[in-house]
Amino acid sequence: MSDSPSAPLTTADGVPLKVSLRRASRRMKLKALLLVSPLLAFLIIAFVMPIFDMLWRSVDNPEVSNALPRTVAALEHWDGASLPDEPVYAALAQDLKTGQEARNLGLVSSRLNYEKSGMRSAMMGTARRLSRIEPPYKAALIDANDAWGELDTWQLIERESSPYTLSYYLAAVDLQYTPAGEIVEVPDYLQIHLALFWRTFWMSGLITLLTLVLGYPIAFLLANLPARRANLLMILVLLPFWTSLLVRTTTWIAILQSQGVLNDMMVALGVVADEARWQMIHNKTGTIIAMTHILLPFMILPLYSVMKTIPPSYMRAARSLGGKPFLSFRRVYFPLTIPGIAAGGILVFILSIGYYITPALVGGQSGRFITNYIAYHMQTSLNWGLAAAIASILLAVVIVFYMVFNRLIGVDKVKLG
Amino acid sequence: MYNVMKQAAGRRSVGIKRASLTLVGLSALAAAVSAQAETLNIVSWGGAYSESQQKAYHEPWMEKTGDEIVNIDRSANGLAGLRAQTQAGNVTWDLVDMLPSDALIACAEGLIEPLDHDALLSAAPDGTPATEDFLAGSLGECFVPSIVYSNIVAFNTEMFPEDKQPSTIADVFDLENFPGKRTLMRKPINNLEWALVADGVAPEDVYDVLDTEEGVQRAFAKLDTIKDQVIWWQEGAQPPQLLADEEVAFGSAYNGRIFNAMLSEGQPFEIIWDAQVFELDGWVVPYGKLDKVKDYLTFATDTQRLADQARYISYGPARKSSSNMVSTHAETGIEMTPHMPTFPPNFATAIPKNDEFWADNNDELSRRFDAWLAM
Repeated sequence: MSDSPSAPLTTADGVPLKVSLRRASRRMKLKALLLVSPLLAFLIIAFVMPIFDMLWRSVDNPEVSNALPRTVAALEHWDGASLPDEPVYAALAQDLKTGQEARNLGLVSSRLNYEKSGMRSAMMGTARRLSRIEPPYKAALIDANDAWGELDTWQLIERESSPYTLSYYLAAVDLQYTPAGEIVEVPDYLQIHLALFWRTFWMSGLITLLTLVLGYPIAFLLANLPARRANLLMILVLLPFWTSLLVRTTTWIAILQSQGVLNDMMVALGVVADEARWQMIHNKTGTIIAMTHILLPFMILPLYSVMKTIPPSYMRAARSLGGKPFLSFRRVYFPLTIPGIAAGGILVFILSIGYYITPALVGGQSGRFITNYIAYHMQTSLNWGLAAAIASILLAVVIVFYMVFNRLIGVDKVKLG
Repeated sequence: MYNVMKQAAGRRSVGIKRASLTLVGLSALAAAVSAQAETLNIVSWGGAYSESQQKAYHEPWMEKTGDEIVNIDRSANGLAGLRAQTQAGNVTWDLVDMLPSDALIACAEGLIEPLDHDALLSAAPDGTPATEDFLAGSLGECFVPSIVYSNIVAFNTEMFPEDKQPSTIADVFDLENFPGKRTLMRKPINNLEWALVADGVAPEDVYDVLDTEEGVQRAFAKLDTIKDQVIWWQEGAQPPQLLADEEVAFGSAYNGRIFNAMLSEGQPFEIIWDAQVFELDGWVVPYGKLDKVKDYLTFATDTQRLADQARYISYGPARKSSSNMVSTHAETGIEMTPHMPTFPPNFATAIPKNDEFWADNNDELSRRFDAWLAM
């Protein structure tokens, strides 16, 4: 016989079986890749690239080096301990002049103004007056604006002339550079972001817990009632789920405000006095109530899908083996629902961290989330670098949270429906 | 077989040619039409203010030229929108209604067109050139003002006994004599000024005091006294709503919104003109859009149009020649002059908003204000 163990197996056309197999599987892989490529391209363009752009923006610092190239070059040999000499001032005057003509001083003056109040008018005002400024520039510029006579200003320009910066991340965690370049906490009256991160996390945690406490019995009922009544209950769960987020949020305003439905009813029933109406909206309470309601279906549905798969015979078996109802529930039923609790919990928690409209509308000041400050820095203060830094930190926290969750419970155990 | 295919191919190419000819014809036609009628995307503040613009100049312009004007209510984030559109390389806005402080920044960043005012704007009916007809110092390098408006505090008259109605800005900070919630704008601007005035600083000294650390502390300390009674608003439509619901007794607002609610909805509001903070509002042209909106801008800022606008909302026109023409409200016929921020009895203690101060200090004071709110 010719097929000794050392001779390779071949297909009918003489190609070794291994090669043929590899070819076939490569073809399969290629086909699969072709099928998912539209989605892959979409994900890369619409999701991955924007995220990297955001990460990039949080450290990107082109303003000073772009708008003040001569000044930055002239500052290279500066000792940093006393005011720079005439050539630096001359370079600055030249940079301001070109900047004024090219109309690109706005960005750099905003950038410097984030770090030191008054820099905007120092830059813009000096640039406007430039035609009347003559050498020697050092005296003339200091005369035009006091800021040019302060050591801090020059230390700031030198520090921010690097194309990358940590300033945004420092600001996002309530730290800052001193003029000399050390990292210190910002003054008490400016500390806000860390407190907001904490608030976002503990309130999201509380909301997750509340949805679990409220959702668990409902999901249990849904899974165990006869089909007809379960369907009715399901519709009651889904109807709000299909209603617009904005409608549900504003409805809570109508219900909870101090001249609202709930307060009116309680006053009419004599539960509270007319002057002592409860403040249930525009504060933490409002955010917690509204978001618990809005996120409830995200807890109920995964729980339901898990409970539906638990055969009723398990509980009967537990009971018949002598377990009291509570004990059998705790030892048999509850452990089987843990994947549902985990799925619902992670879903609600991560959604909740990113919530933005509801806290903005019903949260007042005390019920605001860190996301509201991302929006604020995107739209109002226009400090996109800071918004990107805060968003990156939030993203990192979500990823860490997910990894811990995966280690503890295992994502493969999670069922979403 | 081959022939048939060739024929078919030939026919198809004729078909394509014919189709493309039609396309060319159609697009030529479209170009001809669009030379006459354009769509202008105009960004403004929404609400009663946009309505006054709609009636005073959008509608007459559309009737005159056949252009279509699309109102976009995005001025509250106008600067952010312009920056984002410019960075994306796709500016869809043709004209933006903006505050002069934002216009200053947009201009310095090269987002908007510098304007040659006398060449662009029409002269007053008596021939005074535009640069002399607009209020002194109101024209910016890239900015054409259209109105003078005011930030005021109004109150709901039904929430105070008739013999004890508030009348000064200090009353807003007096919880003992004038109890009830207040709604203020969630920004340091105006609130810090008012806190200082209520604390005894003369309106003309406000910015000197605010320029010092002690002054800022003093203002925040005064705001502290009412902090737990304040609901903070962010959209101009909120304060009239909160006042009407009797959710608050006092509300800071734009004077035109309160006027509108009093007049068209019969709300029992009254304006406290003490220490009103007034400023301008007007037009800027996104970079590259000047040719498209030039004619419209000339039309919308001429003497007659600005005077017309004051018939719909109680904002003062930014042209001197229009001020004399302010008459009665278009629908109710009431005299508009006493409702204008610039009416002398209203104007006695007015504070002109200091744009330069806020350009420099807004970043830091906003952060400080936010931190103060969160504590």
